Amino acid sequence: MKPITRLLGCAAIALAMPGAVFAGKADDTVTVAFTRELDNADTYFSSARESTVFGYSVFDPLVERDPKTGEWVGNLAESFTWVDDLTLEFVLRQGVKFHNGDDFTADDVVYTYSHFSDPATGVAMPNTVAWIAGVEKLDPYKVRVKLKAPFPAALDYVESALPIYPAAYYQKVGSAGFAQKPVGTGPYAVGSIDPGRGFTLKAFDGYHAGSSKSKAAIGTVVVRSIPDVNTQIAELFSGSLDFMWNVPEDQAQKIKAKGGYTVTSAPTVRFGYISMDVSGRTGFEPFKDQRVREAVYHAIDRAAIRDAFFAPEAVLTNSVCNPMQFGCDQNVKTYDYDPEKSKALLKEAGYEKGFEVPFFAYRDRQSAEAMIQMLAEVGITANMNYLKYAALAEKVLKSEVPMSFMTWGSGSILDVSASTSKFFDGSAIDDVKNPDLTALLKTGDTTTDPAKRKEAYSKALNIIADGAYWVPLWAYTANYVMSPDLDFAPTPDEYVRFFEMNWK
Amino acid sequence: MAALVALTVSIISFALIYMAGDPAVALAGENATPDVVAQIRAQYGYDRPLPVQYLDWLAHALRGDFGTSPYFRLPVSELIADRLEVTMILGVLGISFALLVGVPMGVLAAMRPNSLIDRAALFIAVVGQAIPSFWFGLILIVLFAVNLGWLPASGADSWKGFVLPTIVLGYYATPAIMRLTRAGMIEVLGSDYIRTARAKGVKPRKILFKHALRNAVIPVVSLAAVQMGFMLGGSIVTESVFALHGAGYLAWQSISRNDLPTMQALILIFSLFYIFFTFLADVLNAWLDPRLRK
Repeated sequence: MKPITRLLGCAAIALAMPGAVFAGKADDTVTVAFTRELDNADTYFSSARESTVFGYSVFDPLVERDPKTGEWVGNLAESFTWVDDLTLEFVLRQGVKFHNGDDFTADDVVYTYSHFSDPATGVAMPNTVAWIAGVEKLDPYKVRVKLKAPFPAALDYVESALPIYPAAYYQKVGSAGFAQKPVGTGPYAVGSIDPGRGFTLKAFDGYHAGSSKSKAAIGTVVVRSIPDVNTQIAELFSGSLDFMWNVPEDQAQKIKAKGGYTVTSAPTVRFGYISMDVSGRTGFEPFKDQRVREAVYHAIDRAAIRDAFFAPEAVLTNSVCNPMQFGCDQNVKTYDYDPEKSKALLKEAGYEKGFEVPFFAYRDRQSAEAMIQMLAEVGITANMNYLKYAALAEKVLKSEVPMSFMTWGSGSILDVSASTSKFFDGSAIDDVKNPDLTALLKTGDTTTDPAKRKEAYSKALNIIADGAYWVPLWAYTANYVMSPDLDFAPTPDEYVRFFEMNWK
Repeated sequence: MAALVALTVSIISFALIYMAGDPAVALAGENATPDVVAQIRAQYGYDRPLPVQYLDWLAHALRGDFGTSPYFRLPVSELIADRLEVTMILGVLGISFALLVGVPMGVLAAMRPNSLIDRAALFIAVVGQAIPSFWFGLILIVLFAVNLGWLPASGADSWKGFVLPTIVLGYYATPAIMRLTRAGMIEVLGSDYIRTARAKGVKPRKILFKHALRNAVIPVVSLAAVQMGFMLGGSIVTESVFALHGAGYLAWQSISRNDLPTMQALILIFSLFYIFFTFLADVLNAWLDPRLRK
């Protein structure tokens, strides 16, 4: 949203007098707004966060991470063991039923894993299933998943990317039929789906008791796609909406000021950074000089930008990963905000009169503009190129981006293999192409011993910080707004567990 | 002629969409690696030469098959048919509102040029042209949905959901219709045959409606037809503010995520609307004005 649009919107909303009666609690229905829409309820064919949230309440994975302790706990699997580096064995829970009454067995796991990891199926995010070599049924309640190569983060993908589908039903109705009437084992069953507009969930009475997820407390969840945040706020104020997520900071503050609503902010896996073309792959020379990169570090007042545009809970980071991710060592060299030092470094590098650089960004325009202003103060003329994400990603692939302000969501995977390892993998899009760094990250990605992984990642992150390759910025937070009757504690993985919502 | 225009539009839009960005990158999402993008490019046939892709699309489109939306994984024709209903209802309501408000106001203003009524009408017209529709929509939402609680703020669950969007969309077309009615009426009212009619003692009401309005309204009809085309293709903002999820909103969404088949089909449909309504305007004009029939 453009700032002016937002400002006018805020002004309009300021005229509203909330004083509505909240209908939600009376008919046990929580109404939730999505800014975007659920594009496909067959979640394997969607890369949107909305479908992840939907899937988390309707389907179950074999295991999941307890959001409070970070430990692995069983869901559809009672337990799991690493037989060796390439074999995961799951003992499945018995007596679990799908929403349509089918029994859950090893056949469902075998079908789901083999069908969706088959490249011919063409899932939306192939890298989330590419590690699976095969799956084998040992008995009706025991399966073994084979890995192509050692991959310690595999369980993260078991949780986030591999919900278990009912094999017989899915084969009968096909992907399109399934998207219209999805069936899972989750705490909520699908009541209805209106593609692109919204969906309704009904609490599933037969939810299996042994699950790490809780049984749904609220009878009905209605999710509506309302693209304009101001309209969402109007719905909230008129009492027809109970829950909003990803509310922009300024709007969240406005709602807080009105009083009566619960406004909370929770950390997310997303983090921001400034990329620089260290290796000169775009043909841009200045960033090959470490002094120039350090000058950029010293020029950016990250705390000032955070304070101006983001929640105070958004932590500043020292490494280009999220501090919540496994292996994201924050104990590395840092560079404080010091424009004088920055100018001195530029002079030393022979850029006393500064230089011009195309600067790319795709979100948080005001922050990007503040960075450009700060760079200008030390003599670097960064020219803004504000693009849609897809257009910017294309330019990155084509080596046309010497400098950018980017963010990374890691697909909510709490492991450095989903973030830093993707940036410096030695491929065409690697800005640095330092073989030592790539090797260390690879070691971290494929070693099973957690201590050795941590050590490898720490060394890699130190190389990045010592070389001042990219500027780490902050970890994003998300704002949640709730009606006074609703009780919900958001989690850092942003899964928005509808089944953990309660009426006060 | 109309078919040629449609064909040209489809070729230009196809080329423009490709210039705007690689659809495979958009589809691959945030955490995609270059090989994943290449895989998707091959899967959807985006690696073929552009003319081949266009001809393939055209061959299918001519048979009514617009392909499958890679986002919704639904046939585009099904997707659009579902969304077009809302847009059509809104368009018809919007243009009706504009005519019901614009024409009487134009007539009133023309009867007494530079009077208080004329000034008030001018004010409304200027405001209508100047105010951004999303802002006007929000003001109406705050007033009627939040503060008074009479109407829903968003959604198309019942007829009530269409009241505010109709006003917002219709108001946008009102000033032009009103100003054109006013100008036409002033011109006609000053013409010789009206003076003759007055001299003959024809009742003022009859002069106004039978002799004057019928002639003054001819350009308004063609304007309204063109505006109707605009309403069907241009209700993006209104649909977004009121969460109506019509074809306009779908078009905007498709652009932002490079959903090629959906964009291509919508552009074609919208241009066909324009062509149809421009043609309709000509037909209506000929029917209303006997001189044009020769």
